Amino acid sequence: MSVNLEEAAEHPAVAADIETRPLGRDRMLKIVFGLLILVAAVVLPFVTKSFFVFQVTMVMIYAIAILGLNLLTGFNGQFSLGHAAFYAIGAYTAAILMDKAEVSYVWTLPVAGIVCFVFGFLFGLPALRLEGIYLALATFALSVATPQILKLSPLEHWTGGVQGIVIMKPDAPFGLPLNQDQWLYFFTLIVTALMFWMAHNLLRSRTGRAMMAIRDNPIASRSMGVNNSLYKATTFGISATYTGIAGALGAIVVQFVAPDSFTVVLSIALLVGLVVGGVGWIPGAFFGGLFVLFVPNIAESISKGLSGAFYGLILMFLVFIMPTGVAGFIALIRHKILRRGA
Amino acid sequence: MELFVQQVIAGISTGSIYACVALAVVMIYVAIGHLNFAQGEMAMFSTFIAWQLITWGVPYWVAFFLTIAISFVGGIVIERVIFKPLDNAPILSHVVMFIALLTIITSAAGFIWDFSIKTFPSPFGSAPLFGSSLISAHQAGMMAVTLLLLLALFFFFRYTRVGLALRASADNPVSARLVGIRVSWMIALGWGLATAIGAVAGMLVAPVVFLEPNMMLGILVYGFAGAVLGGLSSPGGAVLGGFLVGVIENLAGTFIPVIGGELKLTIALCIIVLVLVLKPGGLFGRATIQRV
Amino acid sequence: MTKLLEVKGLHAGYGQTKVLHGIDFSIEQGSVTTLLGANGAGKTTTLRALCGMIRRSGDVLLNGEQINRKQTEDIVRVGVAHVPDGRGTFTRQTVEENLQLGAMTRGDRAAIAQDMELVFSYFPILKERRTQQAGLLSGGEQQMLAVGRALMLRPKLMLLDEPSFGLAPMITREIFEIFRELNRKEKVSMLVVEQNAQIALELADQAYLLETGRIVFSGRADDIRDDENLRKAYLGY
Repeated sequence: MSVNLEEAAEHPAVAADIETRPLGRDRMLKIVFGLLILVAAVVLPFVTKSFFVFQVTMVMIYAIAILGLNLLTGFNGQFSLGHAAFYAIGAYTAAILMDKAEVSYVWTLPVAGIVCFVFGFLFGLPALRLEGIYLALATFALSVATPQILKLSPLEHWTGGVQGIVIMKPDAPFGLPLNQDQWLYFFTLIVTALMFWMAHNLLRSRTGRAMMAIRDNPIASRSMGVNNSLYKATTFGISATYTGIAGALGAIVVQFVAPDSFTVVLSIALLVGLVVGGVGWIPGAFFGGLFVLFVPNIAESISKGLSGAFYGLILMFLVFIMPTGVAGFIALIRHKILRRGA
Repeated sequence: MELFVQQVIAGISTGSIYACVALAVVMIYVAIGHLNFAQGEMAMFSTFIAWQLITWGVPYWVAFFLTIAISFVGGIVIERVIFKPLDNAPILSHVVMFIALLTIITSAAGFIWDFSIKTFPSPFGSAPLFGSSLISAHQAGMMAVTLLLLLALFFFFRYTRVGLALRASADNPVSARLVGIRVSWMIALGWGLATAIGAVAGMLVAPVVFLEPNMMLGILVYGFAGAVLGGLSSPGGAVLGGFLVGVIENLAGTFIPVIGGELKLTIALCIIVLVLVLKPGGLFGRATIQRV
Repeated sequence: MTKLLEVKGLHAGYGQTKVLHGIDFSIEQGSVTTLLGANGAGKTTTLRALCGMIRRSGDVLLNGEQINRKQTEDIVRVGVAHVPDGRGTFTRQTVEENLQLGAMTRGDRAAIAQDMELVFSYFPILKERRTQQAGLLSGGEQQMLAVGRALMLRPKLMLLDEPSFGLAPMITREIFEIFRELNRKEKVSMLVVEQNAQIALELADQAYLLETGRIVFSGRADDIRDDENLRKAYLGY
């Protein structure tokens, strides 16, 4: 693969770095768009079937999980095939707390977040001495190990072994006139908005800039006094937190956790979602979530026998026309619209 | 003690499978600079082609070499059609493309040949080698072919012009163009070679693990592990790494109490990750020293 | 007499950014020409454009033959050897293999072996280190290796991108002395791109000055060296 300077200048992460002050037109577009989406989001659960509401809820959950991966890959330049592990840890934390300790579902989220941060940080410390393909292998090992560890007999009392744990779906609080799916939708919506807002702020903060510095030039940042290992491990921890909280939400919404739901296949799906949405672009996580949830179903509806093949073909098609994901595509459109105005 | 020796030898013989796959993995890494996650599936598909030829009555060795040739061409075609257009895309796009390729191939194989298990003949027979209970003729044959392949590749890379050009293209593609090497063809060649080697690995492995669309999934992981352990730049290291992985997996499964069959893979991977943390270039890899 | 290299109206850039805005220059057979300029002037871009590594438009003629539409690999085959900025060493191969790679497009085994001995005679340190991994060499040694590699092509024209970069003054002097010898004895024609105007002008016959993608000055190197006003105005010394 050769270094192509033209393409480098066009990459959305670079373009985003370059763009410091949005033009008036650009800002207006953003606001209008944002409002439209907000209205649609609030109205949705009241005008569609319960199952669809459930599906959109799952899209948001995957989006949070993918955002976690995005924080790691896009802003720190590292590559993980192991995030199913953190999703699983978050899910099981929530399930065990709700099942064994009768903790309310709301509190399971922050606890899951903290637990995952610790695991992520601890894993990140040694693992991040590895680079590129070696890190991929290490995280892959993590993915493979997770379901196997979850099935271990000594832990069965807590994890429920191969059969997993079943949880009760929560009702809407304060007697609000919403059914369970609708309430969970809004709950997830609020959590999602919060998580995305925090991610947005993180990137603009000192920590965020340090993360990007390490990505761009590890040697330089080290000589500037940035403690690389600490920041890298922290990034991993934060990334794990996001995916873990997504996992906890997932457990609550699906009402069930079992070891075989959290295999390498999930890690790969998250990675695919990341690339489809576009690395380095926060809203891209939603497109990733959409892809992860809906495309396998679409593929199966085209052909049961060759569903895998069609999934692959759709994925190939997307990568061909949008090699930098939806992010790159949108950047292109914005460019064209802004050009025409100027 | 006897158990130990037994397990080591058993490990070496399973290791020969991983060694063969590891060789294919390193081959493509040397050629294109990153791993091909779809390699296992491509090897599986090649093996199915061989099986089909044999089922149609083609003699074993004819089918063997014909499959290698078809795989070589197939690898080049896949590279030209699917990966060349992605030349300027970021690495992750390539990774995802591999994933797409993987799902397509597995699905297609299942569709064409269905998911039932098929037997694949071995040219060496399955009788124990010289009556010994430690190792069968086929396993010995597997090791022999792997070593032969390794030798051939060694000569190819070290002593031929094309081999040097291939190495240079992976090392520094820009400079390679500046000395007149057609880097793009080198990449295609690398793919062709890797696919051909994968086919050999598949055909050697199939008599032992039986032929079905998911046969390579587990093995590929071990193959990767072996390649990484040995150091991705070294074909010899890969083969050794593959053998080591086989031995480690077997010993861990036998001697560490908690681990039954389930955690063998995990333990093997953990040990490898440990080695990498301590020695990032792999056991035999030439760590490229970067002068700051 | 046809010039070795003639460039007319060369435009080039990266993506949306235009760097060269139509430059003209030429190189005589057997001469050393230097292209000077500050950072960002477009010097490296010029060499990359000549070699076909980036998109360019305009006329580039090598011995009267058009090469501006050719691919890099084919430009190499007509005898243009490029020593890129940063040396472009094949770090994972040995010193000897690096040199062999320079001759990749040639078929004449005996002559290639002879040329390798020639390179070793100019750069004895390379002979000493011939089986070592090239990435372990020092900056100066890698520069020598890069030049040696270019020589292995038996090029009609050698392009050198900032050969003094990152090298101590003494080593730079040594290397430029060798350039002078290569030019005088082996009759290698060179286009040297440099930020270090002083040392480049000592070596060169002809000089061009590039400023933000345009040639603002051209003339004999001696003239620029002797003209204090010109030097102060454009080269700062």
